[in-house]
Amino acid sequence: MALRLLWASRVASHLRISVAQRGFASAVLKDLKYADSHEWVKIEGTKATFGITDHAQDHLGDVVYVELPDVGLTVSQGKSFGAVESVKATSDINSPVSGTVVEVNKELTESPGLVNSSPYDQGWIVKVELSDAGEAEKLMDSDNYSKFCEEEDAKH
Amino acid sequence: MSLSRAKDLGLPLMNLVRLKGIPILEQLHLEERLLRTSSHNWCIVNDGTNVPTIVMGMSGKPAQLLELGPVMEDRVPVIKRFTGGGTVIVDKSTLFVSFICNKDDVPNVQPYPRSVMAWSGSLYGEVFKGINGFQLRENDYVFGDRKFGGNAQSIIRNRWIHHTSFLWDYNVRNMAYLKLPSRVPQYRLERDHTDFVCKMKDYIERSDFVEKTIKAVGNQFALKQVNLKDIDSYTEAENNLKTTRLLTLEELEKAMADTS
Repeated sequence: MALRLLWASRVASHLRISVAQRGFASAVLKDLKYADSHEWVKIEGTKATFGITDHAQDHLGDVVYVELPDVGLTVSQGKSFGAVESVKATSDINSPVSGTVVEVNKELTESPGLVNSSPYDQGWIVKVELSDAGEAEKLMDSDNYSKFCEEEDAKH
Repeated sequence: MSLSRAKDLGLPLMNLVRLKGIPILEQLHLEERLLRTSSHNWCIVNDGTNVPTIVMGMSGKPAQLLELGPVMEDRVPVIKRFTGGGTVIVDKSTLFVSFICNKDDVPNVQPYPRSVMAWSGSLYGEVFKGINGFQLRENDYVFGDRKFGGNAQSIIRNRWIHHTSFLWDYNVRNMAYLKLPSRVPQYRLERDHTDFVCKMKDYIERSDFVEKTIKAVGNQFALKQVNLKDIDSYTEAENNLKTTRLLTLEELEKAMADTS
């Protein structure tokens, strides 16, 4: 766990954002927004980068394949656009925002495990040109997402 | 348990579809459609499929997983399915059981692979009670250290599918179409197919297995039998969402050529 917090701190330092310390829980980075389907998004002007959270990768297990969307695809908030495969399961990735895909992380084709080892940094999945910047208001901030994860895990 | 008794207990409803000899491609298309366009829970039992067919997981690469020369020469159909997991060759002796569930109707199960897998292991533990050596081992159903059931899943926002192909019996010749995969469970060690798998028929009667499975499901859900012809009324109109597909001969030829 100490290693995980050290990793999160290094990532945050690289991304110039601060880390929410959650003790033994998954890492959650401040200044990102989060969907209830466990995707994170970083918004920079009219562009957004997103991937799946540390909570998601931890629960999914070792990712062995990422189904990337085509550049140019239109994505809609809350709708699936791709999938990750971990051992026996495919799991939908849902878009946290609406827009058009402008870049995909091709590194994931050869190294899908980046989603596990670096979910907020090298394991980013898609960059989009936003079609509705206001949609981000519907997403959770880091504190609310942390609580959301704790509540979800506490139910089981 | 009767449907009314189950409903009295507040058990969630699950539609039971019993099929026999349905082509595996048709079964998988049905499952994908029910997962994505129905809001009901489903248990699908298909007693055998019509012709020997190879079924790969979503990310399966034919050149890595199959002996392509014999597969093409013998014109064995190859399907890529919408769920994860490995490669199997199925035929009329294979038994298929699939569960499609709303996550809220199985509240003690988190919609993640390990949790769903554990739930399935517990359910089949009831089915195989009294049969020595049954366990869920890594992600397979085994008797001792020999696999007889292979699992795969797909998880979407609020629903998941867990489906299994049970190796009732097998033809050693058919096993020869499959290569030893690069990703294997630890307990396999370096055994080839025939030393790694076992035949379910050596452990339980076929009808006994099906009835015990339905009974185990009925302990958690209120079961309602639905005929295949009535399924359309439970789903939204299809919108070409099928990702499960039959690979073309051209695709297999290209896969083989790319490795030469």
